[in-house]
Amino acid sequence: MREAGPASEAGRDADLTVRPWQAPPRPPAPATGFFGQAGVRFGMIYASLFGASSLALAAFLWWSTAGLLDRQNEAAITVDTQGLLERYGEGGLPALIDTIEQRIAGNIDEDGIYLLVDSDLRRLAGNLELWPRRLPADFDWAQLHIDRGGARGMARVHRVDLAEGLHMLVGRDVESRTQLRSIVADAMLWAAVIAVLLGTVGAVAVRGLFRATLADVSATATAISMGDLMRRVKVTGHSDEFDLLAETINDMLDRIARLMDGVRQVSNAIAHDLRTPITRARMRLEDAATHARTEADLRLAIERAQADLDGIVAVFQALLRIAEIEAGARRSAFTQVDVAPLLADLAELYEAAAEETGQSLVARIPPSATVFGDRDMIQQAVANLLDNAVKFSPPTGMIRLSAHATPGSVEIVVADDGPGIPPQDREHAAQRFFRGEAARSTPGSGLGLSLVQAVAMLHGGTLRLEDNAPGLRAVLQLPASDPRQVAA
Amino acid sequence: MRILVVEDDKDVAGFVVKGLKEAGHVVEHTANGRDGLFLAASEAFDAIVLDRMLPGGVDGLRLLETLRSQGNTTPVVFLSAMAQVDDRVRGLKAGGDDYMTKPFAFAELLARVEALTRRGKSEGPTTKLMVGDLEMDLLSRSVKRAGQKVDLQPREFRLLEYLMRHAGQVVTRTMLLEGVWDYHFDPQTNVIDVHVSRLRQKVDKPFATPLIHTVRNAGYMLRIDAP
Repeated sequence: MREAGPASEAGRDADLTVRPWQAPPRPPAPATGFFGQAGVRFGMIYASLFGASSLALAAFLWWSTAGLLDRQNEAAITVDTQGLLERYGEGGLPALIDTIEQRIAGNIDEDGIYLLVDSDLRRLAGNLELWPRRLPADFDWAQLHIDRGGARGMARVHRVDLAEGLHMLVGRDVESRTQLRSIVADAMLWAAVIAVLLGTVGAVAVRGLFRATLADVSATATAISMGDLMRRVKVTGHSDEFDLLAETINDMLDRIARLMDGVRQVSNAIAHDLRTPITRARMRLEDAATHARTEADLRLAIERAQADLDGIVAVFQALLRIAEIEAGARRSAFTQVDVAPLLADLAELYEAAAEETGQSLVARIPPSATVFGDRDMIQQAVANLLDNAVKFSPPTGMIRLSAHATPGSVEIVVADDGPGIPPQDREHAAQRFFRGEAARSTPGSGLGLSLVQAVAMLHGGTLRLEDNAPGLRAVLQLPASDPRQVAA
Repeated sequence: MRILVVEDDKDVAGFVVKGLKEAGHVVEHTANGRDGLFLAASEAFDAIVLDRMLPGGVDGLRLLETLRSQGNTTPVVFLSAMAQVDDRVRGLKAGGDDYMTKPFAFAELLARVEALTRRGKSEGPTTKLMVGDLEMDLLSRSVKRAGQKVDLQPREFRLLEYLMRHAGQVVTRTMLLEGVWDYHFDPQTNVIDVHVSRLRQKVDKPFATPLIHTVRNAGYMLRIDAP
């Protein structure tokens, strides 16, 4: 690796000098080929659906016209045969021959076909000259060409074997029906051609429609990826599925824009709030390096710079801690925590600090109050609220720490009678680095409430800042049980 | 005391080594994990200051796990830039006795290292702590100074107990927060100072010589002033 380094670096350098500036890569083409395009796919799906339904329709038509004629024919032949067999059963051969003759005579349409032969295939009765030779020996139903008095035609026949070696054919001339059949078939062929044409036109139309609908979404996405974060998908107002999609996409874009704004704000704030103390430390050191006359001056400057750096580190750690909490990685460590002893400990810790400045801290804590969360985080959040209260309360101020259970949650309240937060600032008070007018003169990073807020959010609770008239009433509401389990 | 410093950053290592030597300790230093493991396993140290991210294929966690699996119980203080709660938990689970994040104040590191070596020595349960004329009975939970009873609140008792167990050593505010209150964050206000000053009111004020001393830029120390 090490030896290859310089060579490849040289290669890269050469590349850089030869290759001209290149435009940033375009967003990838929407599809690899014509058939890869979603519009084309949808068109084809439409065409095949249309084709399949046309085919089904045609099949039904065929079945209900030509098929119906065939079935009616067969039914008539069967009934006819039945009648003849009955006559044969009643009166024997003479009666059968007689009936056949009668039927032929009475057949006005002349489409009836009858033939009765003996065991040597000699004609006994009927209007066919000969027993058809080309037929297989044992058929039941058949289609055959007939020649009747010079007129050729198609016939559907049914063969019945009688006793004494007699054979009988009963059938119908279907020549006229065959013609009808071919007319229907022709019509269907044309219909198929028309269906293909209509399907193609429809497919192209569907593809166009599809593209037109997606064009705006695609154009918006392209604009966004090119950096125009203000573009939104047009909502047509039909309140259909596409409008729903457009609204969903727009909501997502709004959220992204808000997050981007947040990131921008935070980085601006970091730049400002870390730059200031860094500048201060740097100036102190530079000033000491050039102007300090005595070692004591130098030491003082160095110590102050050290304190500044510690302050920067504290801000840094608070930021990272908030980020860590917001990332929510430690949710897995959540358990049921009784906050009552935790609050009592904190009250004891801060009571002394409050009394030191002449303030008083009154704690009203129930014997037990269980929430679902992380012990350390809740401790730190409440400690931050108490820190604020001690910091901002006047010397004779009164700080109240209390907790009470509400349905499904526990509310931890830290109230003071300091300057409070003006209503217009309350909304921003939990933003990173926000410092109200009253806080400008006191030390602090402007991150304390952000951390409390982050802890509240991670627990599925809230942080409310209210007017204590006078002073601030911070209410940290934490759910008593795992919100996800309740939902499930 | 013999202390091993395993730290790959040259400046940080030099600073730590120099500081420890100035405090009167004998210091060995290696810059990579493999040498660190070799030294720690083959020689006897009173404490190890261990970086987590180390070159040489053996990182701090692996080094410590290997060491502990060999039954070596030398106290170890992690010194790491990995500052998340999970990192800390992982470090302590691997067998670390303390976990400090960079950047750090040297006074804090020194105090913690010395506190650990002391803890290693005093094995077995004690029932009485004595520093000069200050006497603490851990069974009856009573404190006497110069034969006189001193009334303490439970938390003040634990604070004094912690100071007495680390008598002669610097104890930082963070150590007190962790050791007495079990808090792992730094409050913005000077809550610890207030509690120590209250303790002073009871333990030092009525008597001629103070026992609880403030160590500038570091913390507190309980010791008998040389006459």
